[in-house]
Amino acid sequence: MDVIELGWWQLAAAALLVVALAGCTAWARLGMTQSLLIAAARTVIQLALVGLVLEALFAAERLLWVALMALAMLLIAGREVMARQKRRLLGGWAFGIGTLSMFLSSFTVAVLTLTVIIGPEPWYLPQYAIPLLGMMLGNTMTGVALAMDRLTDTAWRQRGVIENRLMLGQPWQQAIGDIRREAMRSGLMPTINAMAAAGVVSLPGMMTGQILAGTAPGLAVKYQILIMFTITLGTGFGTLAAVAAGSRRLFDSRERLRLDRLAPPRG
Amino acid sequence: MIRTDSLRLEGLAIGDVAPVRQTVAPGEILCLSGASGSGKSRLLRAIADLEPHEGEVWLGEQAQSATPGHVWRRAVMLVPAESHWWAERVGEHLLEPETADLAALGFERAVLDWSVAHLSSGEKQRLALLRTVSRAPSALLLDEPTANLDDATARRVEAWLTERIRQRGWPTLWVAHDMAQIRRVADWHCRLVEGRLTEERAPWT
Repeated sequence: MDVIELGWWQLAAAALLVVALAGCTAWARLGMTQSLLIAAARTVIQLALVGLVLEALFAAERLLWVALMALAMLLIAGREVMARQKRRLLGGWAFGIGTLSMFLSSFTVAVLTLTVIIGPEPWYLPQYAIPLLGMMLGNTMTGVALAMDRLTDTAWRQRGVIENRLMLGQPWQQAIGDIRREAMRSGLMPTINAMAAAGVVSLPGMMTGQILAGTAPGLAVKYQILIMFTITLGTGFGTLAAVAAGSRRLFDSRERLRLDRLAPPRG
Repeated sequence: MIRTDSLRLEGLAIGDVAPVRQTVAPGEILCLSGASGSGKSRLLRAIADLEPHEGEVWLGEQAQSATPGHVWRRAVMLVPAESHWWAERVGEHLLEPETADLAALGFERAVLDWSVAHLSSGEKQRLALLRTVSRAPSALLLDEPTANLDDATARRVEAWLTERIRQRGWPTLWVAHDMAQIRRVADWHCRLVEGRLTEERAPWT
């Protein structure tokens, strides 16, 4: 079964409805008409561009291009992790720790999944590699950003407690232990919730897409389970690594709490 | 266990405080006074190595810079003016407090089951002292240890503290405002004025 072809004029009909919604928000004076329209326009432009890139990538089927695309995705995700933190580490550490931990977890899990589990020929076949990595990076990014934001913000709020524990002679790991665990938990929570709700509350987007594209539901389900697991692995290990490195950076070699390494909050 | 190490500050400087050179012998109490904002608390924080600073601190033969941070702070303990509590119950913060110490501060053993959320500022201050003493440090840095206490309780805490300090031989820096208290507890007294530490001669009137 082939997917039913979708024409641009059919999309225009859906776009018209979005404009109608924008009219309603303007009428209700929600103050978000502009951002709604801009976001809708961004969706069209960004996805159209990605479509072009993917078509070129699929046609070329070269490891170098796939690797470049993956690198670009990683750097954008790293920037996003940094931007989502209220009090981020200064001196490039917020970007560095976020990007490195996402690289270590997402890339390792993606390459393992491709080579050992799915096994396309060649293993970097862009039709498999790019969507897999994209979904993992998207979720890992959310987890890492949530956890790092929680870590730095809580450390700031509870600096009195941390320092008091240091004064009593506790090593830095112990003094920030509770906060570190909290941060890791908040990074892992969304993926665990997503796994728990999968299929009951929400039909996962990828599975829906595969079924729309004509894949048998049984196979689509297997792919979805695999993706859910790889996302959990990527997010989990990424979050653990980022929080471990981030909390270390909050202390110096003398185990002093160094909140001067955090940027003042924005906004 | 009786300590025989003195606490020696050598060229210790932080913020606006000029390099300090000072030795506190075992069991001796050096009272530190000065206007608020003069840097007394920061000086204590530097001795406990909680902030980057200049100079060196010695505890006996042990140099601060040659000791890992937490090992140093386990020996040279700072009790801040405002204490913080992280666990649910009081007892989780204390290591085997002696009943005599609890009694001296006006508590019974039941205090260990109290919820931290219900402590008054005076109770917190006394329990923070107990929390530190129960860890058996080698030197003490006290930042206004009786500031939140009424006169009678302050006298009681003061007496208990000085007794423990003499008994265990802890070199002690004690930040205080009240001249009467300084007269009662200090072996000697220094005033921090415009970043300089000047010794006040006894009797300090």
